[in-house]
Parts: sequence; structure tokens; C-alpha cells
Amino acid sequence: MASHGIKDRVAIVGMGCTRFAEHWDKSLDDLIIDAAEETFASAGIARDDVDAYWFGTAQSGMSGVTLARPLQLEGKPVTRVENYCTTGSEALRAAAYAVASGAYDVAMALGAEKVKDSGYQGLNAFPIPGDGTARTLTAAAMFSMVAPAYGKKYGVGEDELTEVLARISWKNHQNGALNPRAQFRKAVTTETICASPRVAGRLGVFDCAGVADGAAAAIVVRAEDAHKYTDKPVYIKALSFSAGSGSGLIDPAYDYTWFPECAQAAEDAYRQAGITDPRGQLAMAEVHDCFTPTELVLMEDLGFAERGTAWRDVLAGTFDRDGVLPVNPDGGLKSFGHPVGASGLRMFFETWLQLRGEATPERQIDTDKTLALTHNLGGYPGEMVSFVSVVGTELG
Amino acid sequence: MTRGIVGAAGYVPFRRLARTDIAPLFGSGGGKGTRAVASHDEDTTTMGVEAARLALRSAPGKVPDSLWLATATPAYLDKTNATTLHAALRLPASTPAFDFGGALRSGVGALQAALMSPGSTQLVVVSDLRDGLPTSTDESAGGDAAAALLVGDGTPDHPVLAEYLGGASVSDEFLDRWRAPGERRSRTWEERFGETRYVPLGTQAWTTGLEHAGLDAESVNHVVVVGMHTRAARAVTRSLGVPADALVDDLNDSVGQCGTAQVGLVLAAMVEAARPGEVIAVLSLADGADALFFRVTDARADWTPPRPVRSQIASGAPLAYGKFLTWRGMVTTEPPRRPEPARVSSSAAWRNESWKFGFVGSKDRSSEAIHLPPARISMQGGAVDDMEPVDLADTEATITTYTIDRLAYSPSPPIVFAVLDFDGGGRFPVELTDVDADTVDIGDRVEMTFRRLFSADGIHDYFWKARPLVRGDQD
Repeated sequence: MASHGIKDRVAIVGMGCTRFAEHWDKSLDDLIIDAAEETFASAGIARDDVDAYWFGTAQSGMSGVTLARPLQLEGKPVTRVENYCTTGSEALRAAAYAVASGAYDVAMALGAEKVKDSGYQGLNAFPIPGDGTARTLTAAAMFSMVAPAYGKKYGVGEDELTEVLARISWKNHQNGALNPRAQFRKAVTTETICASPRVAGRLGVFDCAGVADGAAAAIVVRAEDAHKYTDKPVYIKALSFSAGSGSGLIDPAYDYTWFPECAQAAEDAYRQAGITDPRGQLAMAEVHDCFTPTELVLMEDLGFAERGTAWRDVLAGTFDRDGVLPVNPDGGLKSFGHPVGASGLRMFFETWLQLRGEATPERQIDTDKTLALTHNLGGYPGEMVSFVSVVGTELG
Repeated sequence: MTRGIVGAAGYVPFRRLARTDIAPLFGSGGGKGTRAVASHDEDTTTMGVEAARLALRSAPGKVPDSLWLATATPAYLDKTNATTLHAALRLPASTPAFDFGGALRSGVGALQAALMSPGSTQLVVVSDLRDGLPTSTDESAGGDAAAALLVGDGTPDHPVLAEYLGGASVSDEFLDRWRAPGERRSRTWEERFGETRYVPLGTQAWTTGLEHAGLDAESVNHVVVVGMHTRAARAVTRSLGVPADALVDDLNDSVGQCGTAQVGLVLAAMVEAARPGEVIAVLSLADGADALFFRVTDARADWTPPRPVRSQIASGAPLAYGKFLTWRGMVTTEPPRRPEPARVSSSAAWRNESWKFGFVGSKDRSSEAIHLPPARISMQGGAVDDMEPVDLADTEATITTYTIDRLAYSPSPPIVFAVLDFDGGGRFPVELTDVDADTVDIGDRVEMTFRRLFSADGIHDYFWKARPLVRGDQD
């Protein structure tokens, strides 16, 4: 029994991503077709060249038919996957394993979400019949309990913590402002961030991810075939996944200052990829900043900072686009937006652009490192799923 | 063999409406004093549960042979509401649970029936929500409350606290107050007519009851006349012939006229306040008159009421009139822009009855880890199907952390939500109630309370919340 990974056996050879936005004028089908066509073109292939499809959507549709119908795929194996907010990453994980197994030569992972047709702000899970005793809190409220717990445990004062969280939001908005595909393309001052209306606990509107429609996709092939499609493939170094048992909610030992599922997934991913110093080895990281305290805690769960010290790094600019380890250079969930099924693949899209030097010049990271990380989570503190990947442009 | 009250408790909800807050808004209505207001998450069933929990706590170990719930404002028709209490109280399946429904007189009727059923123990629960249209007398004079009386024969373990001496009933068919099924408000005939009926009926029941009990009026130490007809109740009170200091507070100025529940509430308050040997009496005016006489026993001296009515009255907190109108559905305010919850699944609720209604979790026998809700496989050690039930409804807890959710759906936003660690083990994240958001803090002590979370498709979602430990918990 072991998690062996598929290091250097599969490569991403084409990617596409729509702008994430309130696409009032686009249907789910439009978003799927736009992302798919851009991805096919990126890999220089046609729909029929893809042997199998994995389609990630949290709640915009059911079954592979939701993808097969708009793309008019005839007789292909098309599977819909769902795994909370890690749905898009999960689609890629399935496609990559299918290729690594030898079952298929070419596979596509496509994630899409049409959120803005619900008529409500935020994300709303569809109701599953139950006994009426389940929590009905928003994700914002669940994650809002992290900040005070962190501050208390590590002696970070309330005002200081507010500054730290605002700094995270400020950074991600700075990054998103430069990104033509981001939902919010405006830099925001920390004063504005701190003055925003409260949503839950101490979290204001600017502490929360944008909610957007969007789609993103990737084509994966065996590593040895990669150069048939592109001169600059991105190799999969690690794919790791951890689903919590939900016991954090009822275990008195859980203190809301970390996400065990994320730490587990990171540890496994680093082992698969052979990474020993993530802060020093990674060119960049895309992490699941659904709320500002989430990003703060993830810096420690992912090993970018020692426990209890990430807040200092945040203030020091360590994770800025020009910092030691750029985090969420594309704007993150905060300003790029969060169409649930697409977000995991959007993170890969940013590594695809940055590692290949194809981000627009004003936001291209200046680095000679060849590895990047994506981290995607779903659920809440105490009841979470977590995904971590490492990708790189060099074999070995 | 003595028979009477072996356990008693009232339940007065936390919020108070100042009657003087009504007229400034509408230019009329209101009055002096306060009325008790059930929270947005309470109904006659949940208030009945709270009263019954206290009454059972007042007679530890006493298991009733049957459970009777009387209310004029039932949460359900057709479906028995007493079975919800039965589930919340974790009574044996063999204990019958019946509703006495509809009429204001059903409360005193249930109590009288229990007193006249020797050889068995009844848990009689009376509960009511009273209001009317804005500015109406019913709105300001009414009140919300519940009470529960354990009626039985005395035993060495559970002696009678107040022995039933006898009483009398007089019935008469006349129309003073009525409400057609489905109507939101009650209607009344001209007040003078009702007074001409109730005064002689009340006097007759009182006089006959004294005879049956072998008492004269001078020997009554505590008495209250209850009823929704205020003028008649006052007039009857004046004619009782009891010593002046025997007239006890009818709670109308603090709680309000709580309809079906009032006879139980004043009886519980009198038992709590009386000394051994004293005679207490209640005279109820509703479609006739019913008089009940009790003598407080020596056992009262050794009895500590778990949460006296008067301390509950003293520990309430004010509620803005606007909130009152919203909670009663008189005014509809902008709801949170979130989807309303879906209706509860009947079959899922039934499968999880002890959890949902009784707050019974499970404890892994090997690791002793407590699981809320109950689980089959342990989160520690992974043992399979080796759990025992753990009943946490009456266990106090401490707030480990909390938050305020301004976005989630609630009938009265925002939601205050806390992670609780129970004394002796067990953690559960749950909504707080009867609390002002800005007063909550980590380390606060809370207790569980049975509430109605929301209603959808006519189905009420009952479950537990936590509330700050009630100040004035001690006698």
C-alpha cells in the first residue's frame, strides 16, 4: 500500500480557459465550447483526437452527457466528476491516471460552472433530502472561525490579523488587475478592504472569493508523446488527494488553525515529486484562497512557512508576485473568480502560462525555477477535501 | 394515598415586549408592563418541551405513564404534537402521548382529568402563543408561555408536593371568544355580555369547589383567577372572600395572558412560592369555570424547583416591537438573499429520531470518543458498531469558538453559531439562540434547548440549539 504517483509519465500539452466573470450572456454550453475549442487549438488537435473525457461540474449539470451534448461527442467515454470545490482538479486527476494507465492516448479534462443563473449571490448547494439537523451555515461563516483561532494560538493581535488578511486580499486583487481573464480587474486599497461590509464573523466582502461563471480545460498525453503536440509540455510531477472523515467538526482536538487534509495532501505530493523545500524549489503556487484566512493557513499547511509564522511572511511580501514564492499570481479565487467546477483547472492554466513564459509581460514571473504547485480544496474546516499537484517543465 | 402535583415547572420564553412600545408606532394599543414573547424558533411544542424537561428535572427519576399536551395554538393539526415532546423527552415508546386540542379550556381540562385518574402518573403540559392584530388588546395583553405538571400518587421517592383537595366545574354554552380554524386572530363578543356570564359561573365553581375540598375561603393562602376575559377575572377575584394577602400575581403584567398555559404557569409559580401546609387554589374562566384546590405538603420543604417561574420572568431581555411583529408574521421583512431550506424528509427524520428530537449521540466503547450525530464507525480507532447511546440534551457546554453568519438563511438573521465542547466530552457546532450577537464570547457557558429551525411545505424542522446558561438558574 502506497501512494506512488505518476511522476513524469503524463504531460499537459494544451490548455484553455475562458474569462471568469458574471457571464449573463453565456450559457454553460457556451462556456464549455469556448474552453474546449481554445484547448483543442492549443494542443493542435480536434475533438475526435481525444480518446476520453472527464467533465467536472459541481452542480451545473449531471453525467457526461452535459459535456457530450454541447461538444457533440459521438460514442466517447465521457464521465462527470464532482468533489466539492476540487471538482476541476479531480477531472484532471482522472484524465491523467487514465493516460498513465495506458488505457487511452489522449484525454481531456474540462471543468465548467454556470453559477450566476441561480438568482442568488454566493454558492448554493442543491438540497439533499435529510433529517433537518445539518448545518445551514455559509462557507464564509465556517472559514471565519479560522482567523480568531489562529490569532489566539499564535498571539497575533486583532488589528494585526486584520492587516494580514487585508494584505492577502490586496495582493490577489493586484495580481488580478493585470490579468485579462480575471473576474475583478481592479486594484483595491487595504482601506477599502477593511471597510467592506461584514459577511460572516470578521470577514468582509473583500475577504471572500469572487463568484463567477467560467470553464477551463486541459489535454493530457503520455510524457513520451508530449513533443508531438507542443515544444513546451508541462509534466505532471505529483497528484495528491485527501478526503477528511469530517471528524474535525466533532473532535475536541481540532483547533481551527490548520487544515489536516491539506497538510496530508501536500506531504504526499512533495514525496511523489521529490520536493524537500517547497518554498525554495517552487517557482509559484496557486492555492485555494476562498477566504483570506484560508490562504494564510495554507501557507503553513503547504510548508511555505513554519507554523505560526506565515502572517509575518504575508506582511513581508514573501508571497507577492515579485516575492520569494509568488502565490496566486493570476489573482486567485479572490479576484479571478470561482466557478466551482472550473477553478482547479484554472489553477493549472496559470502554471501552464507562467512556466512556459506565456503570461502577459507585465505579470510574467521572473524565475529560473521550473516547478509549480496547485492546491485546491472543498468543504469546510473540519470537513474537507484537498488536492495538491506539482507540475514542471523538465523531466527528472 | 395522596394524589396531586409531584413535579412542576413553568417555561417563560426569554424575550419581553414592553407594551409601551406599541403606541408610539401605531398611535394606539399597548398598555403597561411587559409580555413574554416566544422566539422566532419557538412554538407551543418547543415551549412545551422546555417546560416538561424542567418538570421532569424537578422530580428526578419519575417516569410518567402518559403525556398530555394541551394548547389552543398547536404547531400541527391532525398530527399529534405530544409525540414530538415524547421524542424530545426520550420517554418509552409504551408511554402514550395525546393532544388536548383547540380550546383555551383544554389546559385546565387536561389537568383536572389527570387529577381524577388515581393510580397513574400524567405529565400534563400546557403551552400557548397568544397575540392578535397590531394594537389589539390580545396583542398586548397576551403572552407566550408553557408549564408542565407531573400529576400522580405520592410515593416515598416522589412525594406529592401539592395534594389535590378537590374542585368543581361549571359548563355553559355561550359565545364570548372564538376563532375559526385557520384564522389568525381571535374575535370576542361585547365584553359586558361575557362578564355577566363569567361572574356567576366563576362564583358557583368557587363556592362548590370549596365545599368539595372541605375548605372555607378564609383558609385559602394563595389564589389566582385566570382567563382571557380580564374584567370578568377581576370581578370574580373581588368576590372570592379570601384574605387580601392571598391574592397572588396572575402574571398578566409580566408574562401576559397565556391562554391554555396560564393555569399551569400560575400553579407552578404558587407551588414554588408556597410553604408546607398552605392552601393554593386556581380558578379558570373559560367557557364555564373550573376551580382546583391543593394543600402544599411537608415534602415541599425538601424540594428545590429547578428554575422557578419568578426567576425566569426576571431574567428576560427586551425585544423591539418591530422584531415582535416580524416574528409573529404580522410584518414581512426582507429575507436574506439565499434559497430557503428544503422541507425535512419524514423518513430521514424518523430514522434519526433519537438524534434529531432527543439529542442522543453515540460513544465508542473502546476509545470513548463521542460522536454527534451518532456514528457506526468510530473516528478514533475505527471500531465498527461498538457504540452506546450518549444523551447530551441536559449536558452543559462551553463555547470553543463562534461566528456570526450574516448571509445564511434564517427566519431572523443573523445566525450566531458556535462550536461547543460538552462537559465530559463531545463537540458539536450548533446555532445559538436567545442571545444578542455582540454579547457572545469564547468560554461562555451554554445549555441545549429544543427549537423549531424553520418550516417548509408545512413541515416543521425541530432540532436543538444552544443558549447561554439562564441567569437566575438557582432558586
